[in-house]
Amino acid sequence: MDRLKLVLQYFQSNSESISNGICIILSLICVKLYTSFDFNCPCLPQYNKMYSLGVVFVPPIILFLLGVLVNRHTGVLMEEWVKPLGNRTKNPAVVKFLLSSMLQRALLAPMVWILMTLLDGKCFICAFSMNVDPKYFTGIPNSTGLELIKIMAKVPCKEDVIFKNNSFWKAVSRYVRCYSQAIGWSILLFFIFLGAMGRVLKPCFNHATFLQTRYWSNYLDIEQKLFDETCVPHARNFARKCVVQFFESMQEDVTVRMALSNTLRPSTIHNEYEEKEEEQLHGITRQDQVDHLLQTWYECKPELDVTNMAYKPKVCITWEDHNGKALFSEV
Amino acid sequence: MDKFRIMVQFLQANQESFMNGICGIMALASAQMYSSFEFTCPCLPDYNYAYGIGILIVPPIWFFLLGYVLNNNISVLTEEWKRPVGKRRKDPAVLRYMFSSMTQRALIAPVVWVAVTLMDGKSFLCAFSATADLSEFLNESYPILSKKELVKFQARIPCEDVFDGHEIISIDAATRYIRCFSQACGWSFLMVITIVAFLIRAIRPCFTQAAFLKTKYWSHYIDIERKLFDETCKEHAKGFAKVCIQQYFESVSGEIVPQSQLPTKKGKGKKDDDDGEKQKSDEEKLLGIRKEEDMNKVLWNWHLCKPALMLTKRAEDMNGHAHLDTLSLSKECNHHTPVKTTAVAYYSKV
Repeated sequence: MDRLKLVLQYFQSNSESISNGICIILSLICVKLYTSFDFNCPCLPQYNKMYSLGVVFVPPIILFLLGVLVNRHTGVLMEEWVKPLGNRTKNPAVVKFLLSSMLQRALLAPMVWILMTLLDGKCFICAFSMNVDPKYFTGIPNSTGLELIKIMAKVPCKEDVIFKNNSFWKAVSRYVRCYSQAIGWSILLFFIFLGAMGRVLKPCFNHATFLQTRYWSNYLDIEQKLFDETCVPHARNFARKCVVQFFESMQEDVTVRMALSNTLRPSTIHNEYEEKEEEQLHGITRQDQVDHLLQTWYECKPELDVTNMAYKPKVCITWEDHNGKALFSEV
Repeated sequence: MDKFRIMVQFLQANQESFMNGICGIMALASAQMYSSFEFTCPCLPDYNYAYGIGILIVPPIWFFLLGYVLNNNISVLTEEWKRPVGKRRKDPAVLRYMFSSMTQRALIAPVVWVAVTLMDGKSFLCAFSATADLSEFLNESYPILSKKELVKFQARIPCEDVFDGHEIISIDAATRYIRCFSQACGWSFLMVITIVAFLIRAIRPCFTQAAFLKTKYWSHYIDIERKLFDETCKEHAKGFAKVCIQQYFESVSGEIVPQSQLPTKKGKGKKDDDDGEKQKSDEEKLLGIRKEEDMNKVLWNWHLCKPALMLTKRAEDMNGHAHLDTLSLSKECNHHTPVKTTAVAYYSKV
């Protein structure tokens, strides 16, 4: 169980590894889907090619779209692309980086499907058994009176009656499967080679720019997450204050006379919890202020400059009596 | 048990991931239900279609409704929809957002069922075997059957154990043909659903991002506010009950315990201080509501006239001046409350 917890923690540690984890999960789902899918070649000349090419290409499109959908970077990318300029310049290199990393991850599961179909061979046999020239193979069942092409189209359905006690279909299947696996392995080798070349040669081109774009795309992702996270406690405290205020507004007339003791310092009347609440509200206490905040966040994001916030002076209060003598001071 | 606990903890990390977890569980349940369901085609011309299409359509409807029932937010949505306007405007965009997010989650299990049914092919085979054009697979040397007999004959194709016409028609080829058609429909269905989902989620930010941020914040706020209101009511009820019972005991016993002990009497001993502090927190929890009609007013007005989303900071002047704070409520909501005045006077020992 500790192992599972460690694995979960590792994958949740940053957004890159979450995306990688989701990518791998999608590939595993793809493998499971392929093994549980019951491939059902129609064995008719007019439908074989359509069915098998459909099975080879339609699920990868679905998996690709799913891969794009579940990737967090898609949202960040779309937002960055369409947002107005505001106080920040738009960096097209960041958009391109996000797009390329998203596409790379989304393309993994479709490639896994295509490679599995090719290495397995069933789809190829179904699509191309009619294109095989039967004169290279012995034992063709020509006593049934069917046309040649119909016989070849039935090869993928080996249980058919015309192939009883006949190894013709085995020979043709082996031949086509051989082709299919060769193509599958070649494609795999090609992509691995491409990936390796890309990784080896990338530092040769614009490495410094690459470091910058990677930093700022990561920053955008983190900023978006933190904004969402900041909205949650803000909403909670807003709601709490609103509810308490509502209760208090239902009160009847109350007259309280209290003697103000000199032990009752102003700072002790606010308990620590309320101070923390005030901090979390950040002075946003009205609906139109919240609306304005959210609108401005989208339309005119602030400058990337937090010097003022980091070195903010603390507000100190001094109480004075009517003569100007300081009664109590926080300075 | 440990595994289960960790999964539950992980899923309850926040409300969103909890709902996603329920969604995933329902999808798995849907797939499992299909595989354990024993499909028995009636193999009669009049009932095949109804059974086959019924199995395809009725369980998804059931899963869809179940998805709504299991979602906590359905009651929040109906409450927000039905409440009177009061001091707070109703935002239709928030209602639409909540409804659409609930619908998206509820649609996943039905989609899984339909996809699995179509990929398997049995329901299509049952529904369309009687009426499909299977002339290609008929044995030409056999005498042609009349239309009615052919329909009856073809209707028995899905039931391999009662089918007896192997010399008339190649049953494997016919089954393969119909299953192939069913699988093609299944993949097309999945493709359409994925493209629609892609358009909704990936292209949406192009159009309404600012408004979307607003509606997401306020729908989340409504949910939190409802929970906090329930919590506050519970605390209030506890304080109310405690003081009520205390007063009842006092009225029976005839003794009166002084109210609102202030921490000024610090020298009196630790026990009194603790009592004073405890009573102060109960009084605080009561929030000034001590009568039944006040409490009824609270609950009534919470539905009929929600407060404005505006927090006012209480002006506190600690410097020894008498301070008057007038709090008047508008007449249109609280027509059975007169204008109230709160007067607070502070004295300081200078």
